Amino acid sequence: MSPANSPLPKEDSYVQHTQPIRNQDSVKKKKTRKKGKNRKILQNWQLYIFVLPAFLYFIIFHYVPMYGVQIAFKDFIPTLGIWGSEWVGLEHFTRFFESYYFWDLIKNTLGISIYELIVGFPLPIILALALNEAKDGLYKRTVQTVTYAPHFISVVVMAGMVIAFLSPATGIINHGMQLLGLEPVAFLSEPEWFKTVYVFSGVWQSTGWGTIIYLAALSGVDPQHHEAAIVDGASRLQRIWHINIPAIVPTMIILLIMNMGNIMAMGFEKILLLQNPLNLESSNVIATFVYQAGLLDAQYSFAAAVGLFNAVINAILLVTVNHIARKTSETSLW
Amino acid sequence: MSTSIQETKKDKLFKVLVFLLLTAALVIVLYPLIYIISASISNPSAVNSGEMWLLPKDITLEGYRLIFQNNDIWRGYFNTIFYTILGTLINLAVTIPAAYALSRKDFAGRNLLMGMFVLTMFFSGGLIPTYLVVKSLGLIDTIWAMVLPNAAAVWNIVIARVFFQTSIPKGLEEAAIIDGASNFKLFTKIILPLSAPIIAVMALFYGVGHWNGYFNALIYLSDKDMYPLQLVLREILVLQEMASQNTNISGSMAEAMHSKQQLAAIVKYGVMIVSSLPVIIVYPFLQRYFVKGVLIGSLKG
Repeated sequence: MSPANSPLPKEDSYVQHTQPIRNQDSVKKKKTRKKGKNRKILQNWQLYIFVLPAFLYFIIFHYVPMYGVQIAFKDFIPTLGIWGSEWVGLEHFTRFFESYYFWDLIKNTLGISIYELIVGFPLPIILALALNEAKDGLYKRTVQTVTYAPHFISVVVMAGMVIAFLSPATGIINHGMQLLGLEPVAFLSEPEWFKTVYVFSGVWQSTGWGTIIYLAALSGVDPQHHEAAIVDGASRLQRIWHINIPAIVPTMIILLIMNMGNIMAMGFEKILLLQNPLNLESSNVIATFVYQAGLLDAQYSFAAAVGLFNAVINAILLVTVNHIARKTSETSLW
Repeated sequence: MSTSIQETKKDKLFKVLVFLLLTAALVIVLYPLIYIISASISNPSAVNSGEMWLLPKDITLEGYRLIFQNNDIWRGYFNTIFYTILGTLINLAVTIPAAYALSRKDFAGRNLLMGMFVLTMFFSGGLIPTYLVVKSLGLIDTIWAMVLPNAAAVWNIVIARVFFQTSIPKGLEEAAIIDGASNFKLFTKIILPLSAPIIAVMALFYGVGHWNGYFNALIYLSDKDMYPLQLVLREILVLQEMASQNTNISGSMAEAMHSKQQLAAIVKYGVMIVSSLPVIIVYPFLQRYFVKGVLIGSLKG
């Protein structure tokens, strides 16, 4: 009856003709494509309304702030606004680089991130491999449900748990240590413990949830590979090593790249909550410093400069790691 | 022959190791959770002295009684419920239509728009410029500061878009359009009724985010009457506790503690439970939806 009977071929032809456009009579095709494009825009104007709220949101709350980053090079005075404030060049950056806390901030930021990466990155992989080996059943499902659960605990409750459990006088951890004949430790008052507390509370909270993505990759492994390997006499460990691990390597690389891109921007909400004057020496990271300087001390321009420095380092890391990954493994974010 | 027996022996050992690993993970995650539940209903002095370490001792509901008498907690609870509902509705209204439009192959400019959205995952103006924007819009100390600066999350748009790309039969759309239906009609009459699963996943992701968030409230709200639950908790769990630990590091102050202060300890465990309760109750039933959401995301990730 109507062309509606054959919608699929139409879809296909559209896909085909947009892609290899740069061929023989490309001029003519380009023209018709342009016409078609204009008609498409007219026909689908309502779709632009669908995207409008999201578009406005990203412009107002993400792109306008990007534009506002220029206050890092200005002496921002709220009454003068972004435009009216005076340019000061790199003054805020030099002040930051020359400050006595600069290297402490860098050391703490990188220290916590790298520590977190080294401990936190392999654990979900190990747990996922183990879960993958376990037979489907109640026990496996219980382990999964329970280990996923901490993901949903808020960062405030998490910090509260850490503080309560680690309390030197009343915390259960110190009671346990005393039972073993150890001296109680005031974990949150001693700077050398801060990074460990941060990293391992994170491991507790996110290892289980982190397995989901690996389990998905593992479920895509063709069982025939395993059958063939069994026939060849491979042990289970060998099969994990030669079949399962290669199957999750792309996922690992993608997550590693994303982690590297976040290395200067780790979970600072938790750090902020666990920070106190006694552990500040090792808990003060760039992100918490920006919060302190910018929002509590109202040094907007200076804090924006520090934040921008952080973001630039992050972006460089992300691009570099992605580049390395693309060159060496053919898996990359872009 | 002998090798195959050896193999099975090795495999048995391997199975035991896997079981032990899983059990270790289970115990490590479960223990603190059980401890919190037990501590919240135990005699405070047994909790503080370490006598209570797994199962509740001298069960008392005094902690919960104090929690329910606390006006700050009640107010925080209602504020959070309000922010969560309003925020999630806004999130859905922004995310779902946008994700649908971006999933349409005949939507000119979708790649450009998507690229523009995704870019914000990696580059942002940072805390201070964002704060200044919110401030200059006059949102500080209004409910809008709690729901507008996080009106959408790129990752969730990506997930919803993948859902529309993979789960809506293209023929359906084409047929509707050829029959003369407008995109509005198509979306409300055909697409939305088919989108229940993705709407559920999105509502869960966003909802949990609103429920658990504290940072926006910390920087954008100064009026205590507007504090969400998480900020009230921050005062009870973090600020008070830090203060008490820092002023008395001497060690054996447990005995010297006032009974009121002792009670404060079990109140803390109680509020952890009370505040997480909605999520805890909902989670086991909806676990598969959460997992599904992560999986859809990983397809594209």
